[in-house]
Amino acid sequence: MTMIGEENKNEKKNFDTELFCDAVPKEVPRINGIIQKFYDWAQANSLWILAFGTGCGSIEMRPLYTARYDISRFGMAPRPTPRQSNLFIISGYASVKTLKRIVRSYEQMQNPKFVMGLGSCTVNGGMYWDSYNTINRLDHYIPVDTYVAGCMPRPEALIAGFEDLKKRIKEGRAEGANEYAKNFEWYKANQKKVIKDWDMPDYNW
Amino acid sequence: MEEMIERIKLKFNAKDINRQKATLVFFSVEKKDLEACVLYMKEFEGYSNLTMISATDWIETGTFGLTYHLHNYKNRTDVGIKTYIDRKNPSMVSINTLWAGARVFERELKEMFGIDFPGCPRVDDPFALEGWDNLPPMRKDFDTVKYSEETYFPRPGRSTKDNVTQMEEKLYAVEAEVKKGIAKTVRKNK
Amino acid sequence: MENFWTTLLYAFISMFIIFNYGMVLGGVVYKIIARVHGRFGPPVWQPYINLVKVMGVRTAISHGIMFWLGPVFRFTGGIGLFLFMPVLFGVPWMQNFSFSGDLLLVIYFIFFGQLGMALGAAESGHPYSPMGIMRGLSQVTASEVPFALAVIALAAQHGTLSITEIVAAQQGGIANWNIVTNPVATLAGMMAFLGMMMHAPFNLHIAPQEIPIGPPTEYQSNFLSYMQANRAFFASAKLILFMNLFFGGATNIPVLVGKTFSLYMITVFIGVVNPRFTLENSIRWFIRIPTVTGIIAVLIYTF
Repeated sequence: MTMIGEENKNEKKNFDTELFCDAVPKEVPRINGIIQKFYDWAQANSLWILAFGTGCGSIEMRPLYTARYDISRFGMAPRPTPRQSNLFIISGYASVKTLKRIVRSYEQMQNPKFVMGLGSCTVNGGMYWDSYNTINRLDHYIPVDTYVAGCMPRPEALIAGFEDLKKRIKEGRAEGANEYAKNFEWYKANQKKVIKDWDMPDYNW
Repeated sequence: MEEMIERIKLKFNAKDINRQKATLVFFSVEKKDLEACVLYMKEFEGYSNLTMISATDWIETGTFGLTYHLHNYKNRTDVGIKTYIDRKNPSMVSINTLWAGARVFERELKEMFGIDFPGCPRVDDPFALEGWDNLPPMRKDFDTVKYSEETYFPRPGRSTKDNVTQMEEKLYAVEAEVKKGIAKTVRKNK
Repeated sequence: MENFWTTLLYAFISMFIIFNYGMVLGGVVYKIIARVHGRFGPPVWQPYINLVKVMGVRTAISHGIMFWLGPVFRFTGGIGLFLFMPVLFGVPWMQNFSFSGDLLLVIYFIFFGQLGMALGAAESGHPYSPMGIMRGLSQVTASEVPFALAVIALAAQHGTLSITEIVAAQQGGIANWNIVTNPVATLAGMMAFLGMMMHAPFNLHIAPQEIPIGPPTEYQSNFLSYMQANRAFFASAKLILFMNLFFGGATNIPVLVGKTFSLYMITVFIGVVNPRFTLENSIRWFIRIPTVTGIIAVLIYTF
C-alpha cells in the first residue's frame, strides 16, 4: 500500500499543507497472482457508491436503494464521503461548475476507483450537446469505466451496467486510477481548458 | 382590471396594452418610469408578489426588453410591465429594495445577459458560470453551438434519431424527399 | 492464572471466535434490517467482503500521527473491553484476563475508544469530523450515566466489582439472574444499552444521512478496516458484558450465542421501527427516565 502525504513530511509545514498535499498521483502497480484476484473479487462485490448526484439522472439512483430494485443484494451501498467510496456515478449532464466538484471528489477517492457515466449526456452531451455550459465527453476529464446510455436509463439498465462493471473489475481491466495517474497532464489540460477559474491545487485530495 | 389599466395609462403613459386574458395584461412603460410604476403597483394596486423578471434580446432594434411579472393575491390577476433598455450599454435601476427576491433575478440577468443593476447586492457573483470569460451566453449574438464545439470536445459520429423525421422517411419516403428539397431551395434563396 | 502464555493463547482463540461471531452477527443484522424494509439485503458474509475490500485499497492518506492512532485506540478499546471480561463462566479457556475489579476497567474501556477516535478524527481537519465527535461523545456520555448507576447498584447488591463473581452469583436458574433479583438496575442498564449499541433511535453520530457518517468522515483504506474489525469486537463484547451483568452469563457457546443474539435483537428491532432522535432529544431522554431509574436502583441498595 502506498501512503500519500509522506512527500510533504520533511517540508516546512504550514496549516494548509498539513491537511492536504498536492503531489501528483502515482501509478500503483497491480500485484500479480491470486491475491490480486481475491482483492478484485472483493472490490467487485462490495461497491460503495459516492452519493453525489450531479444531474437529473440521480433521480434514477434513488429507486435502486428501495425494496423494488435493492442493490444491497450485490453488496452495494451509498456512502456519503468520497474517501470511503469506490464507485462514482456521474448521473447525467455535468455542467462546468459541477465538473469542478466532480474532479475534486474523484481525486479524493482512493486508488481502485471506478467511474460510471449514467445517461447519454456523459457519452456525447445528449440533448445538451450544444449547450454553452455542459461538457460533452466525460472521458476527457476523468477516466470512465462503464457507460449506461439512455435518457434516462431505467434502474434495470443501471443494474446491467453494474454487472458489466463487475465483470471488468474481475478481469482486471478497470484501472481508471492508474490511467489517470499515467495521463495526468492530458486530463489536467482538458480540465483546465474548461474550468476557467482554477482556484485549487493541481491534485487535491 | 379595466379601471386599473385606465389609471396606469393616465399616470405612467402606459403603451402597447395587451390584454391576453381576463386576468393577465401586459403593458410597457418608459425606462425612467419603471421603478415608480412597479412601486405604485405594489403599494396601491395590491400586486404584492414579484413572480419574476425576464429579459428578451431584441437584437434587430438594439434593445433588451425587460418584463416585470407581478401577481395580485387578492383578485388573482397578473400584470407584466415591459420596458426597453439600450443594448449597447445595458443598465437598469435595481428594485431589490422593494422585493429582496429581486436580487436573484437581477443576479441571473447580469450573468446571462450582462445587464447591470447598480446597487444590487452580490450582483456580480455568478450562479452557474464560474469564471466565464466570453459574451453573456443568452445574448443572441453568442453562438452556443460554435462555443460548445470549440470547448467541449464533441464526440464524432453523433446523429439524431428524431421520431418524426425517422417515421416520415420510413412511411412516406417520396414526400419526405420532396419536403427536404423544398426546404433546401428555400434556404438557398433566403 | 497458572501460566501466562497459556492464558494468552486461550485469549487469542476466544478473540478469533468472537471476531467471527461479531462479523456474522453484523451480516445477520444487515439482513434483518433489510427484511424489515422489504428488501433482500446483502449476503450474511458481506462484512467479510467489505473488510477484504478496504484492506485491498492501494493508497491511503495520512493526516498525521494522531490520525494514525485514532483507529488504533478505537481497536484497543474494543479488544480491551473484550479481553478483561470472562466470556464463558466456568470454562477455563474462555476467561481471558478477568480479575477482581475488572468491572471498573471495562467501563473505562467502553469510553476509551471513543476518546481515541475523537483525537484522531479531529486531526483530519474535516469540519464534519468534530461535529460527529461532539455528537457521539455527548450521546455516549449521556448513556453512560444510567449504565454507571446500574453497575453501582449491581456492585452494591453483590458486594463485588468482579464480573466473574457477579456471574457466579447468578448461576442456578432464571430465578437467580439479576433481571429477577434486581429488576430496577436491569431496566436502567438496558436503557443505557440501547444508547450504546449504535442503532436507531440513538445512532445520530454515525448515521450516513446526518452529518456524513460522523467521526470517520476522513478515514479510508486500512484505517477503515480497523474500524470495521473493531465494530465486530465491540458489538459482541458489549453484548457479552450485558449478558454477564444482567442475564446470568453463559456456560457454553450455544447459550452464549442464544443470549447475546436475543439481546442484540432488542436494539435492532427497536431501531428499525423507530425514527432517529436528535442529539437534544436523546440526551434529554437519557437523563430523565433511565437516570432516574438508575438512581432508584442505587437507593434501594443504599437503604
